[in-house]
Amino acid sequence: MTDSDNIIFDTASRIFDDLSTAEVINDAEAGTWPEALWQAISESGLNLTWVPEDNGGIGASILDGFAVLKAAGGAAVPVPLAESLFAGWLLAQAGLQVSGETATVAVGELSLTDGKLSGSAQGVPYARNAKQIVTLVETAGKVQVVQVAAEQCELIEQTNMAGEPADTISFNAVAVVQAGEPGEGFNGENVEAMGALIRCVQAAGALSAALELTIEYSMERVQFGRAIGKFQALQHSIAAFAGEVAAMNAAADAAAEAVARAPSIDHDAWIEIATAKTRLEEAVNNGAAVAHQVHGAMGFTYEHSLHHVTRRLWAWRDEFGSDVVWARRLGAEVLSWGADELWPRITAVTDAR
Amino acid sequence: MSVTRFRFPFVEMPPEATQLRQEVREFLAEERANGGYTPMADCWAGGMSAEFSRKLGQRGWLGMTWDKKYGGHGRSFLERYVVTEEMLAAGAPVMAHWIADRQSGPQIIKNAAPEVRDAIIPRIVSGECFCAIGMSEPGTGSDLASVSTRAEKVDGGWKVNGTKLWSTGAHGPGCDYMITLLRTSPLDTSARHKGLSQFIIELNTPGVDVRGIADIGGQVHFNETNFEDVFVPDSHVLGEVGGGWNMVVGELALERSGPERFLSTFIVLQEAMRLLVNNPSEQTQEVLGQVVAKIKTLRRMSLGIAGLLQEGSSPEMEAALVKDMSTNFERELLEKLRRILPQNVLFSSAGLLPTLLREGVLRVPSSTLRGGTNEVLKGMIARQLGIR
Repeated sequence: MTDSDNIIFDTASRIFDDLSTAEVINDAEAGTWPEALWQAISESGLNLTWVPEDNGGIGASILDGFAVLKAAGGAAVPVPLAESLFAGWLLAQAGLQVSGETATVAVGELSLTDGKLSGSAQGVPYARNAKQIVTLVETAGKVQVVQVAAEQCELIEQTNMAGEPADTISFNAVAVVQAGEPGEGFNGENVEAMGALIRCVQAAGALSAALELTIEYSMERVQFGRAIGKFQALQHSIAAFAGEVAAMNAAADAAAEAVARAPSIDHDAWIEIATAKTRLEEAVNNGAAVAHQVHGAMGFTYEHSLHHVTRRLWAWRDEFGSDVVWARRLGAEVLSWGADELWPRITAVTDAR
Repeated sequence: MSVTRFRFPFVEMPPEATQLRQEVREFLAEERANGGYTPMADCWAGGMSAEFSRKLGQRGWLGMTWDKKYGGHGRSFLERYVVTEEMLAAGAPVMAHWIADRQSGPQIIKNAAPEVRDAIIPRIVSGECFCAIGMSEPGTGSDLASVSTRAEKVDGGWKVNGTKLWSTGAHGPGCDYMITLLRTSPLDTSARHKGLSQFIIELNTPGVDVRGIADIGGQVHFNETNFEDVFVPDSHVLGEVGGGWNMVVGELALERSGPERFLSTFIVLQEAMRLLVNNPSEQTQEVLGQVVAKIKTLRRMSLGIAGLLQEGSSPEMEAALVKDMSTNFERELLEKLRRILPQNVLFSSAGLLPTLLREGVLRVPSSTLRGGTNEVLKGMIARQLGIR
C-alpha cells in the first residue's frame, strides 16, 4: 500500500472507531439516523472514494475503496456508505455526475419510457436514507444507468436480518435525473456481481471483527477457575474460526484485486467474485457459530455487540445472489471449462499476463 | 479494529515461471500419453518411480532453488512452486524425490559438512539419490521431543541405536540417506528439546534395517527403520551437536503450506469432471462451485505464503492455518464428489476414475496426520492468536 492508501484507511478507521459505537448502531436500528457519523464520512470524502477528482471525488483506487469497506464491515457502520460507493461506481460506468449525497443501488424489474422509470425493486439497502437511487435498466437491447430522486419513489420499509433498511421501492413513472450508457458488455450481471463483491468485502471485515471479539472474550471470561480460552476444546474451535476468517479475507481480496485489474468487471473478475461469494457460505456458517458458542449466553443478548457483526454476516451472505446461487453459477462455469481446462483455468489467475 | 491479522498477498508469476509451466505441461501430457505414468491420488506420498524422478532431474526440475555453486539450478521459489503444483495436479509419481527435493536438500546445503554436501547434492539434483526423514518413532507421534533413539559418542563418530517410524520412502530404490533426529545427551525432562541432533545416515551402513509397513490399502510407502550399533562418522552430523530441535522445527515449517497440502486429491476431481459435464444437475453445479471456490482460495493462500517466504518473511500462523484447512479439504473434496458421481463409479474397482477415488479415500486419512496432526497445528494456531 502507498501512503495515500494508508491515509484513507486510517481516516476511515478513526471515524468508525469514534462514531460507529454500539449505541449509535442500536439507535440506527431503532430508526435514528446517525447524523454525526454520516457527516464525518461525508466531510472526509470517504463516500466519494471511488469517484475521480475531476468528478468531485477524492480519486482513490478501487482497492482503497474496498479497504474502507472492509473496515466499515468490521465496524458495522449503520449508514449507506457501501451503497453510496456502489452508486458512485455505477454512475461512473456511464460517465455520469456523482454528488456526495447519500445514494443506493436498486436491482429489480424496471423499464424506461419517455425518460420515466417504472417498475419495482425489493430489498434495496438503505433506500429510506438515500437521497438518490441509481439503477441499471435494460430495454429493447439497450442498457442504461439511471439516477432518480428517492423522494419521487414510493417506499415500503423493510429490513434485513441485521435490521438494516432493505426497502421495497415502487417506481411509478419517476422522472429521471440523469441517464447514460455504460461501456460495451456492461449489464445487470455486472451490477449484481459488484454488489456481491461489496458484501464479501464487508463480510471479511465483519468476520475479522467477530474473531477479535471472540479471542478477547475467551481470555477474559473465567469459568471453572480459568479463562475459557485455556480449554483446548475452545482453542481448537477458535483456531478453525481463524482459518475461516483468513480464507474469507483472501477470497475477498482476490476478487477485489481482479476488479481493480480490469477496466470494469470482466469475466475473470466475475469468476473471482463468484469464488468469494461461494466461499462466504462456510465462513459465515462456521465463523458466526463459533463466535456465538464462545461468547455463550452473553453474546446472545441484544446488549452485547457481537450481533452487530454476526447478524450482518447472516444478512450479507444472502444479498446480491445468495452464496448457494453463486456456487451453482460458478459450478456451471467450471463445467463449461471441461476436465482438461479445469487446472489451467485455476492457475491462469496468477500467471504472467 | 484491526482489519485482519492474516496476510496472503497476491503473487503474480514471473514470465519465466509461466513459460516453465507450459514446458512442464507438455512434458506431463507426453509422459501420460506414452505410458510414462498413470495418474494417482496422493502421488507425492504414494507414487514411487525412480525412473520418473530421474527424468525430472534431467529436465532440471529437482533442486531448482538451490545455489548453482552447490549443483542446484538457482531458480526462484515461484518456479519451483509451478513445477510442484503441475506435478501434483497431474497425479504424477513424484514420491521418490519429494522429501529430498523439498526438505533434505535445503537442510544438507545449510548444515552439512562441505565434503558431505558436495557428495550428495549433485546426485539429488540429477534424480539419482533420494532421502527419507527419520523424525518420528514408535510412541512419539506428533510429540517429537519425546524421541529416544540415541547416538553415543565413539572414536571418530557416533554409535546409533533405536527405531525410527514412518520415514516415507526409505525402502525405495535410490533412497540412500535418512536425515535422522537423535538424542545425543540424556533426556532432561525439564528441557526435552535440548540434547537432540540431526545426522545424515547412509541407509546401506551395517546395522540399518529398513522394513516396509503396509498402509490400510495394502500399499507399502512408509517404514520402520531399526538401528543397531550403527556407526555414523563425525562428518555426518548436521550443524551443531545439540542443535537438532531448531533444525526440525524450521524444516517442519518449510513443509507446511505447499501445494501438496490441498492438491493430493485434485486428480480425482479432474477425472470426475469428464463424467460430470454430461447433463449436470443443479447439485453437481453446486458441489463443483463449492470445491473450486475452495481450491482457488487455498491456492491463493498457499501461493501468498510462498511469496512471503521468497521475500524473507516467516508467516508461521498463516502456514499453520493453510495446512489445517487444506488437509481437511482434501478429504472433503472426495466426500462431496461421492454425492454427485454415479453409483457404478462408487463400487467399481476397474477403470481410472474408480481407482483414483478408492485410492483417494484410502489414503486421505494420512493427510491430516503427516507432518504433525491437525490437532497439534490447531494448538500452534491458538498460541499464535495469543489465547494459549
